[in-house]
Parts: sequence; structure tokens; C-alpha cells
Amino acid sequence: MNLHAQPKLPASRLLLLRIALVAAVVLLVTGFWQLQVVRSDFYARLADKNYIRTLPLMAPRGSILDRHGELLVHHYASFSVILAREHVQEIRDVLPLLARGLSLDPVWLEQHLAKFADAPPFQPIVLKDEASMADIAFVEAHRLDLPELELILMYRRRYPLSQSGAHLLGYVGEASRKEIELHQVSLGAVVGKMGVEQQYNAHLLGTDGERRVIVDSRGKEVGKLSQKEPEAGRPLQLTLDAELQRAAEAAVQGRQGAVVALDPRHGDILAFVSHPTFDPNLFAVSVSADEWRALTDDPDKPLLNRVTQAQLSPGSVFKIFVATAALEGGFFDRNPNFRVTCPGWANHYGRVFRCWRPEGHGVVDLHRALVESCDVFFYQLGRQLGIDNISGYAQKLGLGRPTHIDLPGEKGGLVPSREWKQRTQKQPWWDGETISVAIGQGPLLVTPLQLAYAIGGIAAGGVFVQPHLLLDPQSDPEVRRVPLKPETVRILTDALWGVVNENGTGTAAQLPEIDLAGKTGTAQLVGSETLKRIGGRTERTLTENAWFVGFAPRRNPEIVVVVLLEHGLHGATAAPVAREVIKAYYDGKNRPPAGQVAGAPPPPAADSRQVD
Amino acid sequence: MAARVRYREMDWLLFGLIVVICLIGILEIYSTTRSQPAFATMHLRQLTWLGVGLLAMLVVARIDYHTLLDQAPVIYLLTLAALVAVLLFAPKIFGARRWLMVAGITFQMSELAKWSIIIVLAKFLGELRTEAPSLKDLAKVAVLAGVPMVLIAAQPDLGTALTLVPIAATGVFLAGLRWKHAAALLALAALLLVVLVSLLQTKWVPLKPYQQSRLESFLHPRRSLQGAGYQTEQSKIAVGSGGFWGRGLGKGSQNQLGFIPVRHAEFIFAAFAEELGFAGVLLALGLYLTLLLRLLHNVETAPDRTGALLVAGVFSLLAFHLLVNVGMVIGLMPVTGIPLPLMSYGGSTTIATFMMLGLVMSVRMRRFVNL
Repeated sequence: MNLHAQPKLPASRLLLLRIALVAAVVLLVTGFWQLQVVRSDFYARLADKNYIRTLPLMAPRGSILDRHGELLVHHYASFSVILAREHVQEIRDVLPLLARGLSLDPVWLEQHLAKFADAPPFQPIVLKDEASMADIAFVEAHRLDLPELELILMYRRRYPLSQSGAHLLGYVGEASRKEIELHQVSLGAVVGKMGVEQQYNAHLLGTDGERRVIVDSRGKEVGKLSQKEPEAGRPLQLTLDAELQRAAEAAVQGRQGAVVALDPRHGDILAFVSHPTFDPNLFAVSVSADEWRALTDDPDKPLLNRVTQAQLSPGSVFKIFVATAALEGGFFDRNPNFRVTCPGWANHYGRVFRCWRPEGHGVVDLHRALVESCDVFFYQLGRQLGIDNISGYAQKLGLGRPTHIDLPGEKGGLVPSREWKQRTQKQPWWDGETISVAIGQGPLLVTPLQLAYAIGGIAAGGVFVQPHLLLDPQSDPEVRRVPLKPETVRILTDALWGVVNENGTGTAAQLPEIDLAGKTGTAQLVGSETLKRIGGRTERTLTENAWFVGFAPRRNPEIVVVVLLEHGLHGATAAPVAREVIKAYYDGKNRPPAGQVAGAPPPPAADSRQVD
Repeated sequence: MAARVRYREMDWLLFGLIVVICLIGILEIYSTTRSQPAFATMHLRQLTWLGVGLLAMLVVARIDYHTLLDQAPVIYLLTLAALVAVLLFAPKIFGARRWLMVAGITFQMSELAKWSIIIVLAKFLGELRTEAPSLKDLAKVAVLAGVPMVLIAAQPDLGTALTLVPIAATGVFLAGLRWKHAAALLALAALLLVVLVSLLQTKWVPLKPYQQSRLESFLHPRRSLQGAGYQTEQSKIAVGSGGFWGRGLGKGSQNQLGFIPVRHAEFIFAAFAEELGFAGVLLALGLYLTLLLRLLHNVETAPDRTGALLVAGVFSLLAFHLLVNVGMVIGLMPVTGIPLPLMSYGGSTTIATFMMLGLVMSVRMRRFVNL
């Protein structure tokens, strides 16, 4: 072979190859520079996110206790199966296996996962709450081939009072967008949605911890980075008396209405019943859309807290306020012999106003008028006092504004006045309306809690203690003083004692050996004229609300009970409910504390404040 | 022409570069596999392949490359026969027939084919007596390279099949390809690419699903973060998180926790870049650049045209592998099964690479021999 027969390779082309090679390598180096120097922080963060999985460690909420330490709300541990999606590449392939293993509906599962399609991948998806032993076994058995499944410990609320405490204690649920901001919690956190759970959420809420673990590319946990232990929420003791609560619940017998019992000396709420109700345990896991709709669409409004949110006419209970206005304003000093003859009806401003007793009460004074709840007497008294006097005193005595109990959503009721009518209806007050207001009808609206607060304050001689649920021996409750003349208080409480004990309208509340006073109320839902026009009282929604306020003892009472039975026809039907509650109160007082019977050391002096 | 040649005449600088790069490779293979019990001894196995490879290199270097060139037709036919045998007899592994058992060792015949084609094309182009290859010559080159390409692509292994293109291209380029022909060829290639890509979009071409997904994820990396796109993304995260100085050998989370795909083989450079950082990358790419420039130097010093074309063929193949593999690691190239020469784990590829380097040594050792 001849060397010279072969032309040499052109040097210029070799040079071109060199240049091309160097250029290509420089291009690669530029690429690495871009990734490793310019954007290295970005990629380092991505790398961390890749292998660090943060698992929440849920903190249990604080328990809620009654005044004697009985558990009203506690929690139990349960497992939830979650899907950590950071490394799930083909979840679709394992869906049938997941559905079978966790006994889930495959169609539901697919829809459920689709909802999270746009969610960030580090947000875990809860596949199943309240995992059964079989579910837990499934997850444990598939640690290797389904490492993206995780079990996390969750704490669920349990409400032993079940339906009874629902409106008072409230319920919990996943925080909404607004609540996340308000409570400074993270997405998916559980917060109080109603009642005490909402009011004292910050107190009850624990601080969730977290566990940061190292996972490999299959999502398998290969090491632990750090663990922040969760801090449990603090327990909360309420003024409520679970025993009394049960008694009140039993006395209502499931009828629509409300019962509230409080200690007017301290403002302690002792019992708190609202009917119809719901089971807060339903919300502990998660409430289904259907269940929720059933609750919100129910015409009987089971979610309404009737103690603080039902605004109704007080009926004859309001006569206490009219009487107070007359006594305090010196009406009976100016008219010492004020008597009214009741023939069963009266004519005021050209209109006939009936007494509840068609045959009339004959000649009545203030005492008899209260005992027998004579409407005609109060028409006359109200007419002479005038609306300004009545509404002024009603407001002074606590009506027409919220009591500021430590519960969310309390309503303030309404005390009508000339100014109110002018402002809202742009019309002057018509004197005929005063006649209706004098017996607790007309635009007048109160809540059961307001009545309990006001009656307690009047019976205590003008000391209005703000009602509250939190049992806190450290702080004194807010007290508003409206000094009443001792004579006023004596006359009123004697008359209210008479209602129960002198053949009055409230004899059904009588309890032997207990100094019980009270007042019935029957509030028409529509005027009697309208009722006549539509003929009869057959429509349940049109019948009257029955009220009874009772307290004992009659001077400086230690318990006030307000009973509302919607569509209860007459105040007399509400009276036995109050009697049962007050009876249970005295039974409980006379019974030695359970701890002492068992020979155990006395329980913490939760009720030490009861001794003045 | 049977003059004595001595190993002393070997390219020792090239040899040193090879050894250093291989040692880096062994180190990184150890780092990527030590935590996996199933792969724990991989670096030792690679060390064995390196030993075998070195031996093969010395054997090939010893043989006068002219002898090999003279046997080019035989080598070519044997290669085609082997590739056909692969298609007929090789078991299907991961949906492709690539590995053939020969004397108890599974060998990837396509790796051997690269070596053979370098020899065949050097022989053909070297013996052209013209200033530039004619169109007829180009057509012959196309057929010579095209037949094994089609056979390899049918395995299917499109990546390896494409490695024959730069061998042929560099060959004809150095053999004096006319610029107008070059332009026409480039235009033709570009046209083919455009047509191919648009055909792929319409799904008329029966591309294998894995090829489809790789191509798809290269064209639209954001659309599919799974499959091949996931691999590229994880590779880039590994490289980027390495930073300037790296996370330290054995400390890269992307590598150690298995986020980098096939991290001991095709994606070994991602693991390396994560653990040794930009500094390590500069070192490694510097070594590779020096090695490749050294090969071009050997092209110049080759005693004859065929020898020069042999070395040029080896150069083009190794350069192609380097650029495509490293480009893939940082997302500049689509994901293919093309390994990084001298660093990636793999018996066939290691031995084939050393056999090619043996050709270079063979030419080098005879540079002063008067033929």
C-alpha cells in the first residue's frame, strides 16, 4: 500500500471538528452553570421537597367538663388513611387495589381523587377516616408496594350528652378559608363551629406537631429527620351541671322549645336545653351533604339555639316588667288604691281587648293581677304608664339587648319604643299598641336567656349578673346594678310566689317545702282577630307559645329557670318543666357529692363560689 | 510492514485519561449502588469489565489495524449476521431484544456493531482515491451504515442505531465531503426530522409507547411530569441541587434515595454532578474534552488516511455519546439509552469502548512505522 496514494485528511476540517467539539462542551458547561450555580437554590429546594415528607401529628382538643368535673366533651383516637402523593407516578394502576383493600367505592374514590387534581402534591389526601382494623392491616401489609399510603392518628370529638348539649357545646369541623385566617390554623385543621367549641376554640385548640421523615423515591420511609410533639389543648370547665341538664332534658320530653337554668347570684348557666336538636357526634368525623341539608332545611330549625337565638313575644311574663315600671316609677304611690274591674274584656282607643279569662277576674289589685295574670288590669296599667315608661324600664331591666353570654350568635330581642317605630317604620307610635305591649304582645321580642337574666336580676333586687358558661373562679362576672326599692322587690316576688302557691296560673310548678315563685306566659303568634278570621286553632304553627319563668327561693334566688314550649298552648303547660328542674336542683344540693360517699378525697372545689 | 511495535509507543496520555475517568466512574458507581443490597457489588463487577476491556484494548492494539481493515468485509458480514441473530434468537428483556448469550456471557451485539462499522467505513472511505466522495460513494456509505442501523433500530434500540450516524457523518466530512453535498444532506436530515416529528404527533408512525413518551416528554417537558419527563426532571433536580461544590460523595439525596433513574448507568453523570457539584463537572468534562482532543491529535499523527479515519470514527462515536448523554442529564437532549463512555456501568459498552480505544492505540503505535 502506498502512503502517498492516500490523500491526507484536510487539516481545516479537523480544526472545524475541534472548534465544534469545544463549542459543544462549552454549551454543556453553560447548562451545568445554569443549573448548579444560577438556579441551585431552586433545585436544592425541590430536592428537599422530594425526600422530606412532613406528616402532621394532630393535637387533641381540650376536654370540656361540667362544674363537678363530669366529662361533657372528650376525644378518642382514630386512624385515618391518607395518600401522600409526592411520589405517586401512576396512581390509576393501584386504584382497584386501594378500593378493594379499604372497602371504598371505586367510583367514589376516582371522583374523590379528581377533586385534588389541582391541589399541591404535598397536600395529603384523606382516603378514609375512622379506619377499621382491617383497613389498618391492609396499609401495614402493603408498606412495600403501596408506600404512599400512610396512617395518621386523628382525635375525634365525642359528646356523651349526645343531642342534649348540642347547642351549648356546639360541634367541630374542618376550618373554612375564613376560619383558617381567624384562628391562624393550617389547611384541614379542625376548629369549633358552634357553641362553646367555637367560643373557646383558642383555649381548646392544641398545637399540632409534625414529623419530618426521609422517604426514598418509592415513598418508603427510610429515616426520621425531626419530630415536633403536638401540644394538647387545655381542658375547659363549664358552669353547667350535667345532672341538672339531664333533668331539664327529661322534663322537656322532646317538645319544641328551650329551657335555661342559671344561678342569678353568679351568672352561672346550670342547664341549657334547646329542642329540636341534633347530634354533634355526627359532625365529629364529617357530616355528609345530605345530613347537613336535612338539618338546615328542617322547618323546625334544629340548628337554631332557642335559648339565645329564638326571639319571641314573652306574653304575660312581661307583666313583671310592667309592674316593676309602675312600682319603681311611683305609680302606686300616686294611685294607692289603683284597682281594675275585669269583666273579661276592655275597650281602649275604640278597640276591644280581651282578657285570657272570658268570664273576667272581677276587681283586682296588682297582686291578684299578677297571680291570676289578669290582662284587663295590665291594659289599664300600661295605658296609664305609657310606652316610654314601659320600654324604658324593660330596657333598664335587661331586655332589648344581648346579655353577652359567652356563646356566639346571641340575639338581642326587641323592646319597641316611639323612637324605634319612627326609625324603622317611619310612623308615629299608636297608643293602642301600648295596650298590646303591656301584656307582652305586639312587636316585643325576647330570648329565653334574656328573661332568665332579667327576672334573676329583678328578684335579686336589681343586681344583674352577666350569664356565662366558663367556670373561672379567678375572674368576677360582670355585674350591672339597677337599684330597685326593696318594697318593689317584696311586692313583686310575693306576687310571683302567689302565682305558684295561691291558686294562680302557675300552680303546676308547686313544690312542697320549696319557696318557689314564677310567672306563666302565653304568647299569641297571631292576633286573636286574625285567628278568628282563619277559624280555629287547628294549625300547629299558629298556636301559642307557652312560657314559664320560675325561681327559688323567692328572695335572692339561687336558681332561675326559664321554660319555653313552642306551640305549648298555655303557660301552665310549661310550669311543670320548671318545677322538675328546680326539684332536681334541690335534690342535687341535698345529695352529698359522689366523691365523699365513696370515701375518696373531696373533689376540687369547683362550686366553692356557691357559698357567698 | 511487520515491523516491531512496542506498547511503549502507546498513547500514554490517552491511557492516563482513560484510567482517571474510569476510576471516577467506579467511585460514582459505588456511591450510587452501595445502599441497594441487590446492586451492592456493582462497582466490583464494573472493575472486572474494566479489566477485560483493558485486555481487549491491548489485544486490539497489538493487531495491526491494516489486518483488521483487510478483513473489513468479513467483519461486516459477521456483524450483520450477529445482529440478525439477535433479532431471531435474543430473549425479550424489557420489551426489546438486545442481549445475546455468547459462551455464557450476555453481550449487546449493537455495541460490537459500532466497532465494526468504524472499521468498515474507514476502509471504504480511506480507499477512495478522489478528493471528495461522489454522490455514489455517499450512497454506498449510506447503505453500509444503514443496514446495521435498521437492524439495531428493529430491536428496538433507536438510540444506539443513531450512534452510527455521526461515525458515517464524520467519516465523509473528513474524507472531503463537498460543502454543497453537506448542505444538501443537512437539509435532508432536517427535513426528515421535521417530517418524523410531525408524523409522530399524528401518531401514524407505529412508534413504541416508550419511544412515544420519551419524545413527547422531550418536546413538551411540562406536559408529562411522569415517565420520561419525570426522569429528566429528577435528573435536573439532582444536578441543580449539587450546587458548586456538590453534596459530597455518597451524600446526594437524589442519588442515595433513588430519585435519579438508572443512576449507575445512563444517568450516572446526574449522580456525579449532584455529589461533586459544578467543580466536579468541570473536572470531568475537562478530562473528556482533553481525551477527545487527544483523539483528534491522533487523527493528525496517524500514519495513513485509513488509520486517521479509524481514529476519527472512534472520536465521533465517543463525542456523540458524551454530548448526547450529558445533554440528556441536563435536559438538553431527549432521554435515550445512550451510556456515558468509561463512566456508565455496563459490560458490553465498556468492552466495546475499550476495543475502539484499542484501534486508536493500534494506529498510534504505528505512527512512526514506515509502511
